[in-house]
Amino acid sequence: MELTGAEIVVRCLQEEGVEHVFGYPGGAVLFIYDELFKQNRVKHILVRHEQGAVHAADGYARSTGKVGVSLVTSGPGVTNAVTGIATAYMDSIPLVIITGQVPTHAIGLDAFQECDTVGITRPCVKHNFLVKDVKGIAVTIKKAFYIASTGRPGPVVVDIPKDVTTAKAEFRYPETATLRSYNPVTKGHGGQIRKAIQTLIQAKRPMIYTGGGVILGDASEELAHLTRALGFPCTNTLMGLGGYPATDRQFLGMLGMHGTYEANMAMQHCDVLLAIGARFDDRVIGNPDHFYNAQRTIIHVDIDPSSISKRVKVDIPIVGNVREVLRELIKQLEASREKPDAEALKDWWAQISEWRSRDCLKYDRASALIKPQYVIEKLYEVTRGDAFVTSDVGQHQMWAAQFYKFEKPRRWINSGGLGTMGFGLPAAMGVQLAHPKATVACVTGEASVQMCIQELSTCKQYRLPIKVVNLNNKYMGMVRQWQEFFHGNRYAESYMDALPDFVKLAESYGHAGMKIEKREDVEPALKEAFSRKKDLVFMDFITDQTENVFPMVPGGKGLSEMILV
Amino acid sequence: MRHIVSVLLENEAGALSRVAGLFSARGYNIESLTVAPTEDPTLSRMTIVTTGSDEVIEQITKQLNKLIDVVKLIDLSDGDHIERELMLVKVRAVGKDREEMKRMADIFRGRIIDVTDKDYTIELTGTGSKLDAFLKAIDRAAILETVRTGASGIGRGDRVLRV
Repeated sequence: MELTGAEIVVRCLQEEGVEHVFGYPGGAVLFIYDELFKQNRVKHILVRHEQGAVHAADGYARSTGKVGVSLVTSGPGVTNAVTGIATAYMDSIPLVIITGQVPTHAIGLDAFQECDTVGITRPCVKHNFLVKDVKGIAVTIKKAFYIASTGRPGPVVVDIPKDVTTAKAEFRYPETATLRSYNPVTKGHGGQIRKAIQTLIQAKRPMIYTGGGVILGDASEELAHLTRALGFPCTNTLMGLGGYPATDRQFLGMLGMHGTYEANMAMQHCDVLLAIGARFDDRVIGNPDHFYNAQRTIIHVDIDPSSISKRVKVDIPIVGNVREVLRELIKQLEASREKPDAEALKDWWAQISEWRSRDCLKYDRASALIKPQYVIEKLYEVTRGDAFVTSDVGQHQMWAAQFYKFEKPRRWINSGGLGTMGFGLPAAMGVQLAHPKATVACVTGEASVQMCIQELSTCKQYRLPIKVVNLNNKYMGMVRQWQEFFHGNRYAESYMDALPDFVKLAESYGHAGMKIEKREDVEPALKEAFSRKKDLVFMDFITDQTENVFPMVPGGKGLSEMILV
Repeated sequence: MRHIVSVLLENEAGALSRVAGLFSARGYNIESLTVAPTEDPTLSRMTIVTTGSDEVIEQITKQLNKLIDVVKLIDLSDGDHIERELMLVKVRAVGKDREEMKRMADIFRGRIIDVTDKDYTIELTGTGSKLDAFLKAIDRAAILETVRTGASGIGRGDRVLRV
């Protein structure tokens, strides 16, 4: 039997086992919405802005490992979605975004709500398609899911003109997708892995540095196994938190611009560095020339060959799926007669302990004001370290990363690459929908949260009991911090004047709001909020306006040139 | 250093813009770029002439390979290869210049492919430097118009780029 293009789109989503589609209707996708209406296998979540739709799909994908799906209309639907798509692209998140397009005969004629979707999204997608023939819909959607979820994951856009959704074709969903031009490598090179093991065993001052690749590749168990077998220190990037259990003794905390003293010093002074699913970006190693000042042998495991030797020259590259490579490394290590140099490791750990004793994350615990770090510490305690935590971008993001100890992967959901303010709340919606019973906290600031505040309405519609932890210092805190450090205390446009009353705002959306102004009220407020299992509670913490994030590696500086408290 | 990269890619709408967009987004140089379908109509072959350090060229080939539409590529400059470029030059050819232009075209093994009483159009094939040399050799003031295709390249002997 022949189906319309719109029916085919919905059937494809069903075949892929898609549970939730995050979207917003409009002219070009009306037929697809009509088909969604007629079925109940795929649930549509109506957001309040297309940016929120893509972030929500993104949060869903990050917290489950499945492909997140979003559906938006042509023109402004697409341009609003672009921030979400670019966010997912920078963090390698598997998404399929279906976009409506004006009818094929109107393309290029500046039709109402027309934009060149394939052109606009091209630089921020893993791949994109324009489907001009109804016969191509099924195979294209199959390819989209395949491309999005394999190799180094990423967002894929499928642009479908309106007339293609009404045209008819036989429906048959392909079982597999094959592309002669796309065959991601999975197994690492045996010879390189042998070389890596020898190098690791001979190391005197080794370091393991892992990123988002370990999370995306579901390789945390293997990472913990290898790290413990070697007895080496381990650090995670902002994207890699939860990849290694944060309370483990071998964990040195996050590294990078706001990483711990011990992680950054060990990174700079190690003689053998094992980098796994990480990409040596500017927020991680700072200035590469300074990084080169110290000699070290670098082993780099990554699924994307273009990540290797991009910013830093690598000695032993291993291209492959991180989990498979880690398993092979473990196998060869266990088979090896040689073991790591215990004497050298003892000295190295002694050095690390000395660095650790600097207690680089200390802050003024006696302060009468609410310190943002204190709120995160209490959040960690009240949620017993078991919440999914999303964040926006800025100081609050760094404090959450530093003070919430993530024991498991896929619990820390933030926009690391693009640094998108407004990500936290809609991402939390996706997380909560994927894990209806789980505790979900959105750590945000009064500036970030206003960028997608309209999603509080979506949260009400779908009864999403997210707990919003708003660290309100009445400043774009990270901007203010840079202005204090590098722009002579000239706080140009970083003060948030005319803030709404967040309690009333939350209430007007039908949620509960709390304003917390005293230190002693922090813990009781959190306890009360998290005991309300069915409600979204917006907690507005009025925090110390002058607090800064430390340690800090200033832009362009090296890892050992940190500003400490 | 100058490199000449040959790319086989899916002959699909937008494939060229993905390559061009990659070069501009990442700040790589393009000296010239030519593209046309191959004997297999589902494939296009592109020749890109670019410059950069070894590290940059390594990134260029990796980033190109990452594009979903790219099937295969080689850096022709890694081994023996031949490259050719086609140029059409319209030159003023009146009076005694007429004979001189004809002679110059012959020396460079060019062919005159269009003639009027005032000008010639000369077709010239060779490496880029040969085409440059021709333009230098003739009277600059006589050049009315030039058009060049950019280089196309192929490996020597059994160096073959195919799917």
